[in-house]
Amino acid sequence: MLVVEKNALTEEIEVLVEKFGSDRSSLLKILHEIQKKHRHIPDFAQQEIARLLDIHPVEVFSVISFYAFLNTESKGRNLVRVCQTITCDLLGKEALCNAIEREFGCKFGESTKDNKFHLEYANCLGLCDQGPAMAVNERVYTKLTPEKAVEILNEVK
Amino acid sequence: MNTEIKKTERQGAVLFTEYERGIAIKKAVSMNREDILYEIKMSKLKGRGGAGFPASTKWMLTAAAVSDKKYIVCNADEGEPGTFKDRVLLAEYPELVFDGMVIAGYVIGAKEGIVYLRGEYEYMLASLEDYLQAMRDENLLGKNIGGREGFDYDIEIRLGNGAYICGEETALIESLEGHRGEARNRPPFPVTTGFKGKPTVVNNVETLACVTKIVQNGGEWFRAHGTDKSTGSKLFSVSGDCKKPGVYELPWGTKISELLKIVGAENTKAVQVGGASGHCLSKDQFDRTLAYEDAGTGGSIMVFNESRDMLKVLKNFMEFFVEESCGQCTPCRIGNTKLLEGVEMIERNDFTFSYINKLKELGRTMQVASKCGLGQSSPNSFISILENFKDEILNKGNGGSNGK
Ligand SMILES: Cc1cc2nc3c(=O)[nH]c(=O)nc-3n(C[C@H](O)[C@H](O)[C@H](O)COP(=O)(O)O)c2cc1C
Ligand code: SF4
Ligand code: FES
Repeated sequence: MLVVEKNALTEEIEVLVEKFGSDRSSLLKILHEIQKKHRHIPDFAQQEIARLLDIHPVEVFSVISFYAFLNTESKGRNLVRVCQTITCDLLGKEALCNAIEREFGCKFGESTKDNKFHLEYANCLGLCDQGPAMAVNERVYTKLTPEKAVEILNEVK
Repeated sequence: MNTEIKKTERQGAVLFTEYERGIAIKKAVSMNREDILYEIKMSKLKGRGGAGFPASTKWMLTAAAVSDKKYIVCNADEGEPGTFKDRVLLAEYPELVFDGMVIAGYVIGAKEGIVYLRGEYEYMLASLEDYLQAMRDENLLGKNIGGREGFDYDIEIRLGNGAYICGEETALIESLEGHRGEARNRPPFPVTTGFKGKPTVVNNVETLACVTKIVQNGGEWFRAHGTDKSTGSKLFSVSGDCKKPGVYELPWGTKISELLKIVGAENTKAVQVGGASGHCLSKDQFDRTLAYEDAGTGGSIMVFNESRDMLKVLKNFMEFFVEESCGQCTPCRIGNTKLLEGVEMIERNDFTFSYINKLKELGRTMQVASKCGLGQSSPNSFISILENFKDEILNKGNGGSNGK
């Protein structure tokens, strides 16, 4: 990581700590914001968060590793999560996933070559009355067909 | 194609009724807190998050606790497979939920309320924040709420980060405090030692919505609905093989067969009541009633018709638990893996009856020996599906492929 990038990241975290406070209970709010912006939480960010909240970096890592939505390694720029829980499964999740895999030449659990997408399964998204359901970053899509799912992903920048 | 239920089509006797934001808050702040507690006690309201703990007892304990700070937490983690009623309440009836949180703060003497919103619902965040701002503008949040001198209270929304276990109240509190969402030993209970060690009420979204209606119309009115032990109505999240999936408000005590008719379910083979951690019922049990005293539930109802492979259903549930166990205690961490392996053995037609019986025994041990509700309830599906669908799964060979 370049020095300018590091400085920018430090500044970003300082702003978040200023906003949310340096109490330990702010940790997940800060991590959420970093994750949202960078799609992962780089090592250097972990160190800086630990320093500013006055906790050990291992603590920060341990928290990140617990939560499905937080990760330390960079994945694709857009996170695609298809619900794998039973109702969506019965409604055709498999056909959906197969179509996505074919179209983007990449398996679930992996990122596309151009790093545009990372494909994952998710557990019940709370949209079981309108399955099969899929989330792309913070947005959700319902009542999908394989064709519709691919179309939606094609429109993502 | 399934069509979505619109708000204007929703019908119910308790929650899906006319209400305008602030009515119950204004009424509450003109009453004294003991009288509100009395109404809630009269209503016999029980928690809607699954465990069914009496709301008034929880509130009285927290109200009685002496502390400089107290907290109200609205549990909107809604991670149980097949549950989405809290999503509908927050999206379409936020006035019921937030008014209930304000009333809770008034009664127990809290100044801060926190909504723990599951990360998957982040798309609702902006509109909920706007809603809270509108409440501030109308003096329904902030200082001297509703003109009541000295009643200051505000609500903050916190997002979860994709962990089912964080719906468990002590894990939720750990998460709010910035830790891994690992369940705590209880006691102490959150009512005395909750968020940041302070007395905390954790209530489900729907429980808080009920409070608003109880304050508006009285405990007696609420109690007139439902059964003697399960008062009021319940929101059911219905999904699976039926014509009209969605959220339904029905009185407690409704028969499963009645519900199936309402949602347009045909050729139903099985009904999973209470989500992955609930129980799976077969046809001969469809005359059972949905109530705390019979088939109790947080509201998830999944319908499976004759064409479904129940072993596949069970496998899906067990994979969920293996993934979502927090791994802190052995019965749950190892137990769920063993149960899933058992399902895979049946799938391969490579099992013995004596081993399956041993696994059911293991399940019963998990129900008592696990540290929190996840491990205590995850064997429910395993045991009920293998018992109620024994012929299909174990006596047909190859896991009941239904001739496919
Ligand atoms: C694994 C697990 C997950 C849970 N998830 C939720 C949830 O998403 N929402 C909820 O309200 N309660 C959930 N609960 C129950 C809570 O621990 C707690 O009992 C509830 O929030 C209390 O509110 P109530 O009394 O209003 O029901 C869960 C419990 C367990 C063991
Ligand atoms: S029962 Fe499971 S989820 Fe609960 S504390 Fe033990 S390992 Fe964690
Ligand atoms: S099962 Fe897919 S959203 Fe619930």
